Amino acid sequence: MSSSRQTDMHTVKDQLLKGYPAKVARKRTQQIVVNEKEGCDAVPEIVANTRTMPGIITQRGCTYAGCKGVVLGPTRDILNLTHGPIGCGFYSWLTRRNQTRPESDDDQNFMTYCFSTDMQENEIIFGGEKKLAEAIQEAYTLFKPKAIGIFATCPVGLIGDDIHSVAWKMSEKLGINIFGFSCEGYKGVSQSAGHHIANNQLFKHVIGRGQKPPEAEFKINMLGEYNIGGDAFLIDDLFKRCGIHLVSTFSGNSTYEDFENAHHADLNCVMCHRSINYVADMIEKKYGIPWIKVNFLGAEATAKSLRKIARYFDDAALTERVEKVIAEEMVNVLAAQAEIRARCEGKLAMLFVGGSRAHHYQDLLAEIGMKTVAAGYEFGHRDDYEGRRVLSTIKVDADSRNIEELTVEADPQEYRPRRSPEQLAELAVQGVAPKEYEGMMAAMDSGTLVIDNISQAETEKLLAIFKPAIFCAGIKEKYSVQKSGVPMLQLHSYDYGGPFAAFRGAVTFYRTIDRMIHARIWSLVKAPWNTQGKPTLDAELVCNS
Amino acid sequence: MLLRHTSTNVVERNALTVNPAKTCQPIGAMYAALGIHRCLPHSHGSQGCCAYHRSTLTRHYKEPVMAGTSSFTEGSSVFGGQSNLLQALDNLFTVYDPDVVAVHTTCLSETIGDDIPQIADKAREKGLIPAGKYVIHANTPSYAGSHVTGFSTMVRAMVDYLAEPSAAKTQAVNIIPGWVEPSDMREIKRLCWQMGVEATVFPDTSDVLDAPQTGEYEFYPKGGVTVGELKQTGSAMATLALGHTASSAAARALDTKCGVPCEILDLPIGLSATDRFVDALRRTTNVTVPQYVEDERGRVVDIVTDMHQYFSGRRVALWGDPDQLVSLTEFLVDLDMRPVYIVTGTPGKKFLKRIDKALDGRVPEAKVRQGPGADMFLMHQWIKNEPVDLLIGNTYGKYISRDDGIPLIRHGFPILDRIGHSYFPTVGYAGAMRLLEKILDAVLSREDRESPEESFELVM
Repeated sequence: MSSSRQTDMHTVKDQLLKGYPAKVARKRTQQIVVNEKEGCDAVPEIVANTRTMPGIITQRGCTYAGCKGVVLGPTRDILNLTHGPIGCGFYSWLTRRNQTRPESDDDQNFMTYCFSTDMQENEIIFGGEKKLAEAIQEAYTLFKPKAIGIFATCPVGLIGDDIHSVAWKMSEKLGINIFGFSCEGYKGVSQSAGHHIANNQLFKHVIGRGQKPPEAEFKINMLGEYNIGGDAFLIDDLFKRCGIHLVSTFSGNSTYEDFENAHHADLNCVMCHRSINYVADMIEKKYGIPWIKVNFLGAEATAKSLRKIARYFDDAALTERVEKVIAEEMVNVLAAQAEIRARCEGKLAMLFVGGSRAHHYQDLLAEIGMKTVAAGYEFGHRDDYEGRRVLSTIKVDADSRNIEELTVEADPQEYRPRRSPEQLAELAVQGVAPKEYEGMMAAMDSGTLVIDNISQAETEKLLAIFKPAIFCAGIKEKYSVQKSGVPMLQLHSYDYGGPFAAFRGAVTFYRTIDRMIHARIWSLVKAPWNTQGKPTLDAELVCNS
Repeated sequence: MLLRHTSTNVVERNALTVNPAKTCQPIGAMYAALGIHRCLPHSHGSQGCCAYHRSTLTRHYKEPVMAGTSSFTEGSSVFGGQSNLLQALDNLFTVYDPDVVAVHTTCLSETIGDDIPQIADKAREKGLIPAGKYVIHANTPSYAGSHVTGFSTMVRAMVDYLAEPSAAKTQAVNIIPGWVEPSDMREIKRLCWQMGVEATVFPDTSDVLDAPQTGEYEFYPKGGVTVGELKQTGSAMATLALGHTASSAAARALDTKCGVPCEILDLPIGLSATDRFVDALRRTTNVTVPQYVEDERGRVVDIVTDMHQYFSGRRVALWGDPDQLVSLTEFLVDLDMRPVYIVTGTPGKKFLKRIDKALDGRVPEAKVRQGPGADMFLMHQWIKNEPVDLLIGNTYGKYISRDDGIPLIRHGFPILDRIGHSYFPTVGYAGAMRLLEKILDAVLSREDRESPEESFELVM
């Protein structure tokens, strides 16, 4: 990008900061960064994963949402019980689009249900443990689940209910696995803390309990793929055709038993780095399964990810199948790209969403020639922006410190390094670097704008300055953006469309963007009498006297 | 099956709620506050509360819903949320320039025991609230009441903070519409205008949550009751409060504070309840009901006499908010339908008595449940034991509808998968006609779909 554009971006940044109280501006100036890259890979530092200033209208949610809603929500046969007043359970009831497909009518599926202890004032005063134990008993009597997860909401932590001891006691009594998540909404600074808590408890209480190693070649886990709108179904289909065996997915279309047996895989593929990298790291330490970063959003990214998996397993037949699938799929993809690129080339896009989506979807937009001029995460950390190389330099603040870091050691029986250090080093040379994620900023053009935890006020200013062709964020932003005349695609729910993953999903995405940008209604927003400038009298006056 | 674990075996539960027929107080407070012009609702609690409430209201209205949050952290949970709220007020007034910030509490700030008026006083002392701007508040702990009581408390706060007593009374009437849709508030205003009654409707979310697409976003849309109008509610000659659960607190407070006499009526949904509302307007303001209002009424009666056979005897399950359920039940009974299962998670006195009155002894088989244990799971179990012909309730009913092949009329909160509720009213005679059309459509479409070919009818 030209230097004049870079200057412009600094002016834009100044405009975004204008109107804030000094304290807010001081903080925001470190979170709004012009992505001026030096040399080949150095990106500027950004402040991320810190508190939102009270009163600044934010996209962010809470720890409970990240834990119960995001990570555990997509699992169909764990009975997820919210311990707290009714709201938290109610709002997280079916509101994310995690599709699930039970194998038969007899299989358990609790995703359509909302379970809550519906705490009342009495329990706030005298404690809610008794009600929780009773609720677990009633849930067991009625539904006979294999496992029950308990999710703490804000007041639970405050009044000191010990959900973990209730879980343990009831587990002893009922003989099923019951485990708690201390994911009170006030912990951490966003959903992100909830992801970490979910990862920890899954690792402690579920992963590794299963004794059913699948008899298959090329066994992998997909981590951080939540099957929004059916994304995981498309990815699974690719794996089947390639002959890659999926042991488990965390956690789209998943089951409890899949989780229990995840440690039998030979490779972990991490899709959403932010929400699941903890589990990937812990599995590696305990069981010796390496992880690589993959991305199935974007045709090119999908092809690259499949090739990475093939290279990891280093099997000629597998590689051949992968290449065949890619070749087959790319025919349609290239045709769609050519058609839609002609209409979308050069148009501007902005993405402010998630902890990986704002990065991944840039690939899809680029495939139809669109330029991402500004992007940022809702709850990402510095490593999601700048890459994992900065991990050691991230300061642990009070908000992160209160999230437990598990100490993990190699399992005396089950630890089996799937690849030697030498093999891993060789893989890195071949472009299959284990444990590596370069972050969003490295992938963006120099001179673009990167904004962490964007506010409503900043969003409105960006729209006014750039008038982008498409804006991607979440439901809370959707209609204010569209009211200002810019089509807005929700990247949490895909506007109830999609799926957008893999090759077929990519084509659906191109067509979705094309449809939105070129909707005829945008030319009809103004009434005809307001679009013609000066009013004129078209009709002739006829006198019939 | 979507709800594959719902069996016919009804077991009494003491502690476990499954598929609730209510949500928590703060979202109601947020919705009410959006009905004040240039008001920014503010959620004093963790970020997630605000995000969840904004998301749900946004999905229901397909409109922007703006609100602030105190963004509590672990520290604020230990030391209290005062500094968060002070900073929030500073930021809200500086960045978004609202006329009113309407603070509501959450289970977190209530458990801590934050004193909102004291913090607001402090904010004023520190000069964080500009002159001529207001901070009002409602205590809405999520562990008590429901979304409806949260709404009620915030409407009452409008009176407590803003209504000004006046010895001289005007000809205007206050109308507190209850938790209804923007379309309903618009219809109530239209009805008043038709009757020649000068009315202040508060809160009023019309022109806020049904704003037009103009290509230019207005952070504060043009609708909503203004602060000036709220001040003058104290000078009105009378208040008509619609819906006992949602509106009586504010009406009584206005009587106590400003000596404005009030009458508390059912929500004007259906024929009889609308009759009582129109009659109350007539009596209170001493106007004559104009012919075109009576004609509208006549059209409602006409539809029912014409199509009575399709209403009569049909069994209906309904769930949602008490005020809505009371009026809907009465309307269904007027149609000779059989509202057999009635469920609300919202607690509150006299609901069962009011439902009893609405049923008028005509549906002895009716099962009614309220409060703890009154959830959609229980209702579904009843349906599994003895089916119904029609479901009336929020979007969550679509899972029962699909599993059991029962038509669903979406009514209440939230409706997440259809539009219409914010544009077309269900209150008043116009609303009654819309409900009749919806009921007939649901019932007859099913007959068309499922009847044997030989009895497939052209004319119905």
